Amino acid sequence: MSTATALDTKRLAMHAKRKRVNAVALTLSLAAMAFGLFWLLWILFETVRLGVGGLALATFTEMTPPPMAETGGLANAIFGTVVMVGLATLLGTPIGVLAGVYLAEYGQKTWLGSTVRFINDILLSAPSIVVGLFIYAVVVAKMKSFSGYAGILALALIVIPVVIRTTENMLSLIPNALREAAYALGTPKWKVIMSVTLKSARAGVLTGILLALARISGETAPLLFTALSNQFWTSDLGAPMASLPVTIFKFAMSPYENWQKLAWAGVFIITIGVLLLNILARVLFKNKH
Amino acid sequence: MAAILPANNFESEDRPAERVQPQGSPPQRRRVAPWADTLFSLLAHSAAWLTLSLLVGIIVSLLIGAAPAIQEFGLSFLWTSEWDPVQEKFGGLVMIYGTLMTSFIALLIAVPVSFGIALFLTELSPNWLRRPLGVAVELLAAVPSIVYGMWGLLVFGPILATYVQQPLQSLLTGVPFLGALVSGPPVGIGILSAGIILAIMIIPFIAAVMRDVFEVTPPMLKESAYGLGATTWEVVWKVVLPYTKTGVVGGIMLGLGRALGETMAITFVIGNMNQLNSLSVFEAANSITSALANEFAEAGEGLHQASLIYLGLVLFFITFVVLACSKVLLSQLKKSEGARS
Repeated sequence: MSTATALDTKRLAMHAKRKRVNAVALTLSLAAMAFGLFWLLWILFETVRLGVGGLALATFTEMTPPPMAETGGLANAIFGTVVMVGLATLLGTPIGVLAGVYLAEYGQKTWLGSTVRFINDILLSAPSIVVGLFIYAVVVAKMKSFSGYAGILALALIVIPVVIRTTENMLSLIPNALREAAYALGTPKWKVIMSVTLKSARAGVLTGILLALARISGETAPLLFTALSNQFWTSDLGAPMASLPVTIFKFAMSPYENWQKLAWAGVFIITIGVLLLNILARVLFKNKH
Repeated sequence: MAAILPANNFESEDRPAERVQPQGSPPQRRRVAPWADTLFSLLAHSAAWLTLSLLVGIIVSLLIGAAPAIQEFGLSFLWTSEWDPVQEKFGGLVMIYGTLMTSFIALLIAVPVSFGIALFLTELSPNWLRRPLGVAVELLAAVPSIVYGMWGLLVFGPILATYVQQPLQSLLTGVPFLGALVSGPPVGIGILSAGIILAIMIIPFIAAVMRDVFEVTPPMLKESAYGLGATTWEVVWKVVLPYTKTGVVGGIMLGLGRALGETMAITFVIGNMNQLNSLSVFEAANSITSALANEFAEAGEGLHQASLIYLGLVLFFITFVVLACSKVLLSQLKKSEGARS
């Protein structure tokens, strides 16, 4: 009898210990979630608080000022970012979509397909500053000048892997029966891809393009030694071009108060823009699937 | 439709079918553009080759750019800490140490936190909360790194200095090893702040991958464990984690790859000082990426630039290896998915 009660108490103690461990672990997990959200909220809060303070109409209409100036805005930087990001997306998207089509429709099982898929996943997370170095070596060093073109090329190289990845994923979601039905009607392959598979996957592909757009709008590192920066308004792509991230970098590191204020305004614009693009991409994708 | 079809089609089944000579020639096969198929296939193939050649191009151009420095310093570049543009003597140890150390601190913080977040999202969270929280974590991953950097420099750094560094310093002065580890001017920049900012940046990446691989675990396995009376923690620790361990390691490697190559967040807060005299985590230091970001555009052609490209090459090599490992591990989990469940 006494051994049974001893066993019982032992078992109860064991049970209590397991429950305790469980409670501690789950509390820690809750704390981890709170920890993650805490940073997101704090960063967003500070960005809004300090960014809205620096925001004015002049931010969008005036050029980047010299240090200690009374007025000034970010107009040339915003223009440069819009131009470079837009052209880089236009340049990178077709290549990315075509390579994604290759992976999903032509080379699923070939060695080229699996190699490209592997390389692409690495390029997707490769340090963006190395992309800047690459473009510096092949474009800037050859042309002997920093230029908007170099910046566009560097950003396009970041667009390509993102678009390839999403295009391939979206195309492989399309049921094979759809392709077979089209083939059975005698449709040539390019037409099947263009007007059946790509067409039914277009929401997903568009999502990928938007995500790529969001990604490069905030990229700074690849622009630092390709497009450099410019204090003035320029629409000449052969000359150094200002961009919002690089301007923020320069202004935030400076000790001048008006520059820092503008940097916060710029950070606010970029954060809002990128988050909106992301949300738009999500909404678009959710509606179609 | 029925009216158009000949009505007596099925009435004559018992009669043997008469063979009829085909009349006229079959309709001409009409192809709008016979070359379009070839052209499209060619385009798709060349886009794939282009992607492949990008990687080769990056490696080759870095090798060519770094060639003068490789010839001059050889492999000893990796363990020399001198960085003197005036006398043209370069060694990358300070930057390599800074890159590895900040990423190490980042992983130290990010791995347990991401595990907790993934655990919460897969096992604890009520269903209605799961999606919004997942989206919030993914949005954290989308915030550009320059925002983290600026926030770290102007908001987080001063707070870290006042509320963490100074108390630690007053607590540990005189203690032989630990005292040196926290010394330095209380300005809130240095390896520790860079590590923390990096951790905040990579938490969403690791957490998202961990959540995805946790969801791969077959429900039957988990339910059996629950049926035997296991607690939630025991199910996660002894069933889900062993089942998904390759995927979890792959996710951590992916985060590590991001941390190693991150530029802006580090450049803002690490302080950009080429020193290794003090190993204090509060002393300004340097990393490969921040050295590149700060010095490259101004470096004159020649040995200085070549040495910076050499650093870039080292960085690319390290991240390539880490990311390749991550990719292989993650795909292994996918392969065994069918075999074991």
